[in-house]
Amino acid sequence: MPPKVEREKCDGCKAEKETLCEQVCPGDLMTLDENKKAICRMPRDCWDCMSCVKICPKGALETRIPYQLGFHVAKLIPLMGTDTITWTLIDINGKVERFHYINRGSLD
Amino acid sequence: MPVETAKKIDDIQTEILETDLLIVGGGNAGCFAAYEAKSLDPSLRVTIMEKAHISRSGALAAGMDAINTYIRRDKEETPEKLVKWSRAQMGGGPIREDLALSNAEILNEGVELLEEWGLPIIKDEDGEYKLRGRYDISIHGEQLKPIIAEKAMEAGAQVLNRVVATNLLMDEDRCVGAMGFGVRDGKFYVVRAKATIVSTGGACGIYKSPVTDYSGAHHQTWMCPFNVGTGYAMGIRAGAELTSLEQRWVAVRTKDFCGPVDTLAVAYGCLMTNGKGERIMEQRYAHLGGEKAPRFCRLNAPMNEWLEGRGPTYIDTTVLDPEEAKDLRTDMLNERPSFVLFLASLGIDITKEPVEIYGSDPYIVGGHTGSGYWVDISRMTTIPGLFAAGESAGGSPNKFVGGCAAEGRLAARGASAYLKNVSLPPVDSAQVDEEKKRTFAPFLRGPAFDGINPTEMEERLQRLMDEYAGGVHQFYRMNEERLVHALKHIRKLQEQAGLLHVGDLHGLMGAHEVIDRLNIAEVLIHHLLYRKETRWPGWQTRMDYPEIDPKLDCFVESVRDPKTGEIKVFTRPYEQLIPGDRLKP
Ligand SMILES: Cc1cc2nc3c(=O)[nH]c(=O)nc-3n(C[C@H](O)[C@H](O)[C@H](O)COP(=O)(O)OP(=O)(O)OC[C@H]3O[C@@H](n4cnc5c(N)ncnc54)[C@H](O)[C@@H]3O)c2cc1C
Ligand code: SF4
Ligand code: SF4
Repeated sequence: MPPKVEREKCDGCKAEKETLCEQVCPGDLMTLDENKKAICRMPRDCWDCMSCVKICPKGALETRIPYQLGFHVAKLIPLMGTDTITWTLIDINGKVERFHYINRGSLD
Repeated sequence: MPVETAKKIDDIQTEILETDLLIVGGGNAGCFAAYEAKSLDPSLRVTIMEKAHISRSGALAAGMDAINTYIRRDKEETPEKLVKWSRAQMGGGPIREDLALSNAEILNEGVELLEEWGLPIIKDEDGEYKLRGRYDISIHGEQLKPIIAEKAMEAGAQVLNRVVATNLLMDEDRCVGAMGFGVRDGKFYVVRAKATIVSTGGACGIYKSPVTDYSGAHHQTWMCPFNVGTGYAMGIRAGAELTSLEQRWVAVRTKDFCGPVDTLAVAYGCLMTNGKGERIMEQRYAHLGGEKAPRFCRLNAPMNEWLEGRGPTYIDTTVLDPEEAKDLRTDMLNERPSFVLFLASLGIDITKEPVEIYGSDPYIVGGHTGSGYWVDISRMTTIPGLFAAGESAGGSPNKFVGGCAAEGRLAARGASAYLKNVSLPPVDSAQVDEEKKRTFAPFLRGPAFDGINPTEMEERLQRLMDEYAGGVHQFYRMNEERLVHALKHIRKLQEQAGLLHVGDLHGLMGAHEVIDRLNIAEVLIHHLLYRKETRWPGWQTRMDYPEIDPKLDCFVESVRDPKTGEIKVFTRPYEQLIPGDRLKP
């Protein structure tokens, strides 16, 4: 399912020629609406790769599992470091887990 | 003039570029090809034409958690053994052992390069890459694609991001580049090149996915849905020979949301079970090899359990302790993070409850099976000047990350040697004009035009293939009459492709995606019709010919005549290079 855009948080990547979510989406799905907020132009076509969610500097994007497939509501929030990534996972029962690991360079 | 307001073909700007080596598709194989070509000769002009942005495109967009093929020589593994294993995974083949061996010989170098470039690879106590299966190593590959892309750019390749390839540029029978359009700038691109490598990945979306109807999640597919097989389609239209398309890749995946299953079995010891709690491979399919059965058997077995009244089917994650369950999900965050979210949305503890599994939609993908271009050992296709690598190249299955990267490098070597002896012909403006018209036609029919949108046609094709050409909803089964029916309707859809009508450039990309899929579907059906036997049940199940026919122990090939559109199907013999029982790994 397409990323849900939190409109208050999205600043339309003002400083960029092309917004970051638009730059990375492998399916050319992210764009700006008339109010300069991010929007997924073909919600049905999203692959849920989360590239846009990971790159958004404002944390304005959230991948949601459609209700037809999963229950309301689980969350998965990535936080990108320079050579690490931290994911916060909240399941439908409110259980919170963190996953933190190196995604660039040596593991030693 | 912004293309959105263009009304006639002359309003659209044409950009003519010249290069030595053009790489169509800047994914894994494509970026490795660029890196290799520039390493061989830094003065070579190398251009990548990529429909997305190379930093997050294709199969690797979300990341990877493993490299499925790496040869631990200290464990007495060899390229020959890897090829033997690959052959057994394909039920004895046929596979192109010459291609598979040459890939295997340089396989490790690419993986070691990746580590040098900053890919974290998990090590064992001896400081060697830690094995999680016989040839399978674990990585923290969330950044895999950005890393590879950076190296292609640092090497000095020119990158045309957001340019969608539509057709090859031909000089009679020789390929001299490719054409396409900018999905952002709306320009028509003609890239003239002494040699061209096609590395656009495989073809997803020929068939309907099992999740499509009821969720609106149309792209809940395992393979990258943005790889629609344009590389194959361009070759088909230009008269290239394709091989083994009937060897479809279908995988067992977690149900309702594509997550891995084989990985869980290999790396974590989670086995497939049925509704009765039986371990299905051991208890029901021991005669096919049990847990070691070839990949198509591992797909067909759970689906058979459903058919025989023993569903649902599961992957038994309850053998995991909490730490292993966390490791497993860490792996998945590196490869398919939304699957971890899906598990959380079920609200189950996977150490206490198993996860449901089911079959995926069928894909055409030369990284997993033998489908793709027929190539020689230098990776040149049957069209001079045109090379293929990765999932686009056929003949050698089970390439995956490492093998596709290796093949990118081999294709670059082949293309670099070839292009030394050729020069570019003058621009053929008639061909360029014709392709420009074909490319922008769906966009220039005028607002009042009463046509078809790409989504409608795509859904119609996918349902047709699903029902008549062995999709998941038919448990992958097919017969002659159904295939003939599908072919008839594909021809009708091809006729009506002239009615496709779009309002923007994203839509234009969609129009070409469905046109390309139609070309592939048509040729695929010819392959499926030709193989009057059942060699890989699940991947290729002919209900009217349920047994193996020893006479078909060969490659099925096709060529479409570019002038008449007629498709010829024929065979090529299998050549066994690695001795031994073909069914044994
Ligand atoms: C979800 C998933 C998980 C996987 N897990 C593993 C694993 O754990 N281990 C493993 O070894 N392998 C795994 N694989 C397989 C492996 O990643 C692939 O087989 C391999 O990386 C494919 O490389 P490629 O270069 O052939 O294709 P890709 O990397 O997909 O490259 C194709 C490129 O062509 C571009 N393109 C397509 N059409 C056009 C066009 N018309 N014009 C211009 N550009 C175009 C695409 O945007 C893309 O950049 C996985 C694959 C997937 C999808
Ligand atoms: S990257 Fe984030 S802030 Fe930028 S446009 Fe997209 S959603 Fe908005
Ligand atoms: S999740 Fe991936 S496919 Fe979906 S909109 Fe974001 S970048 Fe595009």
